[in-house]
Amino acid sequence: MNIDAIQNGIVIDHITAGRGMKLYELLGLEKLDCSVAIIKNVHSVKLGKKDIIKIDADIPVNLDVIGYVDPGVSVNIIRGGQLVEKRRIDMPELLTNVIFCKNPRCITSVEQEIRHVFKLTDRKNKVYRCLYCETKAN
Amino acid sequence: MRHLINILDFSPEELQELIDTANDIIADPAKYSQICRGKKLATLFFEPSTRTRLSFEAAMYELGGNVIGFSEANSSSAAKGESVADTAKTISCYADIIAMRHPKEGAPLVASQNATVPVINAGDGGHNHPTQTLADLLTIYREKGRFDHLTVGLCGDLKFGRTVHSLINALSRYEGLKFVLISPEELKLPSYVKKEVLRAQGIPYVQTTDLEGAMPDLDILYMTRVQRERFFNEEDYLRLKDSYILTPDKLQNARQDLSILHPLPRVNEISVAIDSDPRACYFKQVLNGKYMRMALILKLLKEAGTL
Repeated sequence: MNIDAIQNGIVIDHITAGRGMKLYELLGLEKLDCSVAIIKNVHSVKLGKKDIIKIDADIPVNLDVIGYVDPGVSVNIIRGGQLVEKRRIDMPELLTNVIFCKNPRCITSVEQEIRHVFKLTDRKNKVYRCLYCETKAN
Repeated sequence: MRHLINILDFSPEELQELIDTANDIIADPAKYSQICRGKKLATLFFEPSTRTRLSFEAAMYELGGNVIGFSEANSSSAAKGESVADTAKTISCYADIIAMRHPKEGAPLVASQNATVPVINAGDGGHNHPTQTLADLLTIYREKGRFDHLTVGLCGDLKFGRTVHSLINALSRYEGLKFVLISPEELKLPSYVKKEVLRAQGIPYVQTTDLEGAMPDLDILYMTRVQRERFFNEEDYLRLKDSYILTPDKLQNARQDLSILHPLPRVNEISVAIDSDPRACYFKQVLNGKYMRMALILKLLKEAGTL
């Protein structure tokens, strides 16, 4: 399978196989006008199989979303056909408006303008809790 | 700007500082009687409360300050749909410090993010109630002289009991603690508290449904009420509300230096016959709550540069 190399844009690499679509949705990539490729189940020496997303535009992406969905993913910035930056994305300490608190007793359930903020409380077990009511994210 | 939203906002050293101030107030109340003259505490109580609101008000009056506020949401601008954030910004223009109780969890945190004066969480639903924990801590300290190497029995509603969770969090930072968790199966301490607080810090605990069996080991017995307002289902409340009733005969195997605490109000979980037992500390706890709120108001106003 051949996917053209991109000149200016972003390659999200080393995505755990099967999580590419979830990232695509949470990053809102369906709203973009540019070419976006999701390549599933690519052979990987390190992971066995992996997903890759290529975005043919130099747009801002929410790294927190990537770190939450699949920590360890690489984000490569391409400019003029060259790799100019490569970042390994870890779990963010805070997640804002990425996931939403479902606790009906939480203040965020009644005041719509409050940002939904989740805090990483247990890195080993990847536990995020609502900043306001401490309910665990599902 | 410092606030008190969660008991863990304060380090053990800061809690000791509050205890020292409270003990000094108890020893010499006159020294503090005009210290907050000209200062205003706003008590924003969006949910009914008697003792907590009056305790805050008494605390501020005994510091020589004044109190403004409301005692139910219907008499506030919240009834018109005002947000917590806007209320906090507005009240910051009128008062030097805010004590807020709200039925929704996290509301005082939202207030603290928007206020320009210190905010004290006076209870947010079933979540946190840090000033009750301050009352509990002063009571334990005055009765036992320490926080370490104690066996603490927590009895009743350990699932929804916000005071229990806050107390466990606060005490988990001291050495040699052991918890005995006494509750019906349905009201057991949530697994995340056991996992993320007790097990994570290697604090020993046992779970039991047998209050009398646990009694001989206890230095502290912290009784709680099964709270009707925390249940979505009335049937569950009625089935569980009388799970534990402490009576004199259940104290037969208790230590002579046991301290019995209860955040109050009680319904029937402690027999009035216990009130005259020297081990009953729950009314002292009420008084201690006022002194700790005085110490807290002083600390936050000083840190805000208001005093």
